[in-house]
Amino acid sequence: MSENKENFSPELMEYIKEWKEKPGNVIMVLHKVQGEFGYVSREAAEQVSEMIDVPFAKIWGVLTFYHFFKLTKPGDINIQVCLGTACYLKGGETLVDEIQNQLGIGIGEVTPDGRYSLEAVRCIGCCGLAPVMTVGGEVFGKVTKKKVAGILASVPAQ
Amino acid sequence: MINLKINGIPAEVEEGTTVLNAAKSVGVKIPTLCYHPDLTPFASCGMCICKQEGNKKIIRACSTPASEGMSVITNDAELFQVRKTILEMTLSTHPASCLTCIRNGNCELQTLAAEFGIREIPYAPNVSDAPIDDSTPSIVLDPEKCIKCGRCVQVCQELQGVYALEFVGRGDKTTMSPAASLRLNDSPCVKCGQCVVHCPVGAIHEKDQTDEFRMAVADPSKHVVVQMAPATRVGISEEFDLPAGTVSTGKLYASLRALGCDTVFDTNFGADLTIMEEGSEFVKRLTTEGSVLPQFTSCCPSWVDYCEKYYPELNENLSSAKSPMMMQGAITKTYYAQASKIDPKDIYSVAIMPCTAKKFERGRDDNMKSSGYDDVDLVLTTRELGRLMRSQGIDLKEMHEEEADNPIGEYTGAGTIFGVTGGVMEAAVRTAYHLVTGEELDKVEVNAVRGMESIRKGEVDIKGTKVRVALVHGLANAKPICEEVLEAKRAGKPAPYDFIEVMACRGGCIAGGGQPYGTTDETRAKRIEGLYEDDEHSALRKSHENPYIQKIYGDYLEEPLSHKAHKLLHTTYEKRPIYKA
Repeated sequence: MSENKENFSPELMEYIKEWKEKPGNVIMVLHKVQGEFGYVSREAAEQVSEMIDVPFAKIWGVLTFYHFFKLTKPGDINIQVCLGTACYLKGGETLVDEIQNQLGIGIGEVTPDGRYSLEAVRCIGCCGLAPVMTVGGEVFGKVTKKKVAGILASVPAQ
Repeated sequence: MINLKINGIPAEVEEGTTVLNAAKSVGVKIPTLCYHPDLTPFASCGMCICKQEGNKKIIRACSTPASEGMSVITNDAELFQVRKTILEMTLSTHPASCLTCIRNGNCELQTLAAEFGIREIPYAPNVSDAPIDDSTPSIVLDPEKCIKCGRCVQVCQELQGVYALEFVGRGDKTTMSPAASLRLNDSPCVKCGQCVVHCPVGAIHEKDQTDEFRMAVADPSKHVVVQMAPATRVGISEEFDLPAGTVSTGKLYASLRALGCDTVFDTNFGADLTIMEEGSEFVKRLTTEGSVLPQFTSCCPSWVDYCEKYYPELNENLSSAKSPMMMQGAITKTYYAQASKIDPKDIYSVAIMPCTAKKFERGRDDNMKSSGYDDVDLVLTTRELGRLMRSQGIDLKEMHEEEADNPIGEYTGAGTIFGVTGGVMEAAVRTAYHLVTGEELDKVEVNAVRGMESIRKGEVDIKGTKVRVALVHGLANAKPICEEVLEAKRAGKPAPYDFIEVMACRGGCIAGGGQPYGTTDETRAKRIEGLYEDDEHSALRKSHENPYIQKIYGDYLEEPLSHKAHKLLHTTYEKRPIYKA
């Protein structure tokens, strides 16, 4: 019945089979899908819907409720700017503006070449270093507007 | 039984009764906004909060079961203030465009604001700017007006099992919309309009086409022919504050002429015609070895849309007969056009329906143009007709009674009960009995198929032949029956039923998505009673006894299932995607 149109890995297929009948399976499965692809595409969500027999609309409701889930493919280098209380007060928003200035993308967007994506996050656990941003997983603290361009250039794509 | 007190008044209620209904039983009204008696309490708005004596916990009356010894306070200065604040906050997210809103004068939020005497909104406006979705021919989503009560989502999922609408996003950015930013027309939506009749405000409404009607009757080159559905004659009464269940057939005919229609026909004639075709089709399937059974009814366009999307393997089980509305439209532009020597291109064919999906059905595919033109040009809901009449100063209560025009206006009691769950089956049985045995039923009421249970199963005895029937209303209830039929089909086992009637709306068309607002099981029961009475009072109660039905076959259609009947009165089905790409 459910084909593997989206090329889920054998491991992911096995995981979904295991969770098919269990309560709370939607979030568990979507987590795993995002783990594999970095985001959950509409097509992947539809395949999940067929595989666990949960209406696509319900899946979409969950995907759009939790900020954790990404609906678009992130760039090769994902940038996170913290807008938690401490970072916000220390000027996190000016970092967002400067990144927009440098790369031409706002929060939730990806550069046309697919290299960078930008997201806002709430607290990454180092408020003492506020304002904080991460680039490709590397954490940068006490960032100023002037440092942004250099930081972006310093991180190679994985 | 549970004993409790509501504002000091002793109440005795059955276990499981909510505080809200316990209060109602002793005449105490607790204000509500998101609550609807058709739905599981969702408790999203907070309007019904109450206090308890000796217990600091604030409860929501809609979702709290009454418990022994409970003493509920439904109103005091503080509760009033909290409720008022809830209203003010809700209003701050709602545009103040009441005067130009489709729900003006009939809006639950507007009524509450009036009752609470809201004179200003102390909060900064925060109105959604999500775009209007008018992609379907039937229903318009206007998220700006949405108060996020969630009724539409519940209706679409719980009652209808369609899952077109879902809460998308979170917080004040939440919208009630299809998945993946799709438009309603690209979603599983079957256009039943139950979201419309359950919406407390103007956030979901029918596509208003009253202006198209005004233009048509004002155009001297157009010969406007109108038909009205079984359920409209009982629904329209409530639009004019007549008691629910009042049947206003004659007054409606007069009103439609007063509105400028040139010829007034009745969809009930189309229903009689449907029975001739669908009944004959059924008898043929039943008596021909190797035929596809069970046969499903096909009058309900939402059910047909649902079947084509969710159970395309059962398309061959759908009766190929068109709905009464489409049959009536087809013979209007052929048989009537010929008989009255009017060029069908000059005929403008209007249908007044209890249904939003009928607006979609009229253009669903080329089978709906069997006359060579659009068989039905315009569909208006009962509510739109009410508005049209009021705007022209026509008061149903004051109207005299008139007759429909001939030759396709007379109907039997069998046609009128099409508007009720079980009615199509009952009408079909009355005629199938005749077709199979050549004799007439002594007692025309088929009690085995009447009732309000969501799924009813039974046997109808046609002189020794046991016909196994099932009746379903509320589209979500179609799923288990479809699964059962499909399972037998896939396994190559005998069909579990012979004939199945499905109506998408609970209670049948009398509670359709185009009927007056405020429908509950109480009003459903009254409207059903009204149509059964209309049947009882009919001189003729079997479709095949309608002299004009006999005439149209004699003069024009030859016999049921003839080549000509097939061309005009039957249709085809196709597999449709649940979601468009």
